[in-house]
Amino acid sequence: MIEQLLIVVLLTFLVVCTIGIIYLRDLLAAVILLGIYSLTAAGIFVVMDAVDVAFTEAAVGAGISTILLLGCLSHTEHVQKPQRHNNYWALGMVSVTGILLIYGTLDMPRYGEALSPANSHPDLAQRFINESAGETGVPNIVTSVLASYRGYDTLGETVVVFSAGIAVLALLGRKRRRVDDDENEDVTNPELASSASDKSDDRGTNV
Amino acid sequence: MMRKYQRQRHRVLQIVTKLLTPFVLLFALYVQFHGDYGPGGGFQAGVIFAAAFIIHGLIFGVDKTRLVLSPGVIRVLMAFGVLLYALTGVAGMLLGGNFLDYNVLAPSALSGQHWGIFAVELGVGITVTSVMISLFYSFASSRR
Repeated sequence: MIEQLLIVVLLTFLVVCTIGIIYLRDLLAAVILLGIYSLTAAGIFVVMDAVDVAFTEAAVGAGISTILLLGCLSHTEHVQKPQRHNNYWALGMVSVTGILLIYGTLDMPRYGEALSPANSHPDLAQRFINESAGETGVPNIVTSVLASYRGYDTLGETVVVFSAGIAVLALLGRKRRRVDDDENEDVTNPELASSASDKSDDRGTNV
Repeated sequence: MMRKYQRQRHRVLQIVTKLLTPFVLLFALYVQFHGDYGPGGGFQAGVIFAAAFIIHGLIFGVDKTRLVLSPGVIRVLMAFGVLLYALTGVAGMLLGGNFLDYNVLAPSALSGQHWGIFAVELGVGITVTSVMISLFYSFASSRR
């Protein structure tokens, strides 16, 4: 009962955060709200006993993506430009998709349903709960499933992260040009240099 | 050389960052190696480890962070993590099992699983850390 109340309160908080993010023109505040959003989502996962997911959400959503977005903000302005036109088509499209998604969840088993296929089938949750500790010696079932039973899948995820890094390096890393350290540090104030000459943004880069 | 306090107005942040960074790194290592027993694992640990460096870069300037961890090293580590993961799988094949079969890595199946999961999680952690730091370096270097 208290858990359901908590989840409802946290979900309400999520909605409030989302509306705030949409209406804020100040991008810095929006990024911080996004971090709060992720932290709230992590709280919901904790209430639902999915601690590993909550940890990932807190570390990735609230931690690193907030920091990376702050890094991005240092390249742009902090205030969003006002939009001239109202895009009702997009609103309609998003609403229809949202309603369809909610409709799709109506068939799904209820949260924590003991008789749902995933929980009641002898080869799924029950098998891992009963046997994974004996087979892998790892008490945390999430870790044993991720790293051992579904190791191939996790290898794929790691390669995805790796290729994302490669892609960003290919797009942004090429501009780096070796400038002598002493020239770079003494002569120019890097911030002034880059704001003065926006076009030649490879000029101010350093090693 | 650069002036010691290049950004005077960030002095409080700089001192707090200096104090906190070792603990963040330690916590990342804890998450990495305690993932078998509690929540955590390579992904989360990698992200936390990278966050420590990124915060250092944001507060002290990327140039100083690059002195600690150069972009070249980061690029090598990016590939090294994936290779460590894949080679653990190949090692299982060479020892007579399937790809990513950890049971054959050590004399007993349980310790084989232990070592396999350890190596694989370490690979994930290294790759995630270096990709995140390299993302930050790329974003940061196109401005300064």
